[in-house]
Amino acid sequence: MTETPIRLTVNGVPRTGRCAVRKLLVDFLREDLALTGTHVGCEHGICGACTVLVNGQAARSCLMLAVQADGAEVTTVEGLMQDGALHPLQAAFRRHHGLQCGFCTPGMLLTALDLLRVKPDPTEAEIREGLSAVLCRCTGYHGCVKAVQAAAPELRAAAAP
Amino acid sequence: MKPPRFEYHAAHSVDEAVELLGRYGGDAKVLAGGQSLMPMLNFRLARPAALVDVNRVAALAYVREDDGVVAFGAMTRQRTIEFSPVVAARLPLLREATRWVGHLPIRSRGTIGGSIAHADPSAEYPAVLTALGGEVVVQGPRGRRAVKAADLFEGYLTTSLEPEELLVEVRLPAMPAGAGYAFEEFARRHGDFAIVGIAAMVVREGARCAVARLATAGAGPVPVRLRAAEEILERDGLGDAAVAAAGARAAELVEPDADLHASAEYRRHLTGVLTVRALKRAIAGATS
Repeated sequence: MTETPIRLTVNGVPRTGRCAVRKLLVDFLREDLALTGTHVGCEHGICGACTVLVNGQAARSCLMLAVQADGAEVTTVEGLMQDGALHPLQAAFRRHHGLQCGFCTPGMLLTALDLLRVKPDPTEAEIREGLSAVLCRCTGYHGCVKAVQAAAPELRAAAAP
Repeated sequence: MKPPRFEYHAAHSVDEAVELLGRYGGDAKVLAGGQSLMPMLNFRLARPAALVDVNRVAALAYVREDDGVVAFGAMTRQRTIEFSPVVAARLPLLREATRWVGHLPIRSRGTIGGSIAHADPSAEYPAVLTALGGEVVVQGPRGRRAVKAADLFEGYLTTSLEPEELLVEVRLPAMPAGAGYAFEEFARRHGDFAIVGIAAMVVREGARCAVARLATAGAGPVPVRLRAAEEILERDGLGDAAVAAAGARAAELVEPDADLHASAEYRRHLTGVLTVRALKRAIAGATS
């Protein structure tokens, strides 16, 4: 088998495609589904720019084959906006200067979202450890950490029954 | 870069995976969590004829406690281990080591079986397997066999598994109640490959040390069980002098290699320092 059909749900929308079995998930998202918000950085799992949610958990889309996501639910940065408004985490990144060039931002956001689901009320040290999964060369991380600290209570309030 | 061409097979059972591995006679690689193999494919450091993907083998993902042993299906994700109540209660050393395995997005995919079968010298799980004296179960064309930690790691990225064998289960003896433990590691940034890591467990009986367990990551081509250092504690107890002597002995027991990240002398030094740190924390947490 060298080429394979793929059916998956991306940002809540069922999508289908057909690609080589060696195609990486990140390239499938960008090239086949035209979702270029997810960025390709190091292609070996270090930089974190390509991080997406796979079945609700943050994962490197450069370390998965597209075929492995067959049947999965994937969330990319394009899926974060709600009703035309920035996700509270996105708004916090803007407010707190959690980005400059924006290359790492998609990975930062999805990594932070996963972190806040696992630890809804993280300490600063836990945020720093969590965000160490993504390399940022612009911000020096302080803005990213502040953004996650600011977004945490908003997301807790939104999740409360 | 992008992966080279390969044939891709998604196995749905252990038998099917083993049959596929046999068919390729060593030219196939098992794709578990992919957090080590995929980078090697992307860099074309690995060029297997085929990948046998075991991510859809549901029967390989479980955590079971049975008769003092915690058994993990090879495809149990590191993230599952991190949040497992069984692991928290029975193998807190493994839980602590898991925090050092890459980052949460890596642990979402990475597996216990993959980490051990890959046998990266700097990896945390092989050190824990070695410290606790665990074993793995492998299945090949001639059935299943158990391989003890001491017989598993042969060299850099090399285990005693045959090419057509699949690691199916990891078995770790549950830690005794009240055992103290610590996993200490030094890397330049959190989540990087360890320069040196130390897994430690102590079981105390009053001032005596009934059991001491120490093993390394990153201090040589394979994890090293620091038996002669353990013996110092089991003989002389858990006082500061014994801990210092065990640390000094630990540094003598390893044969580290030099690479881009650290010299051999630095790794030897770290082995002693981290052994003392791990022991102090383990002893502080041990109840008799």
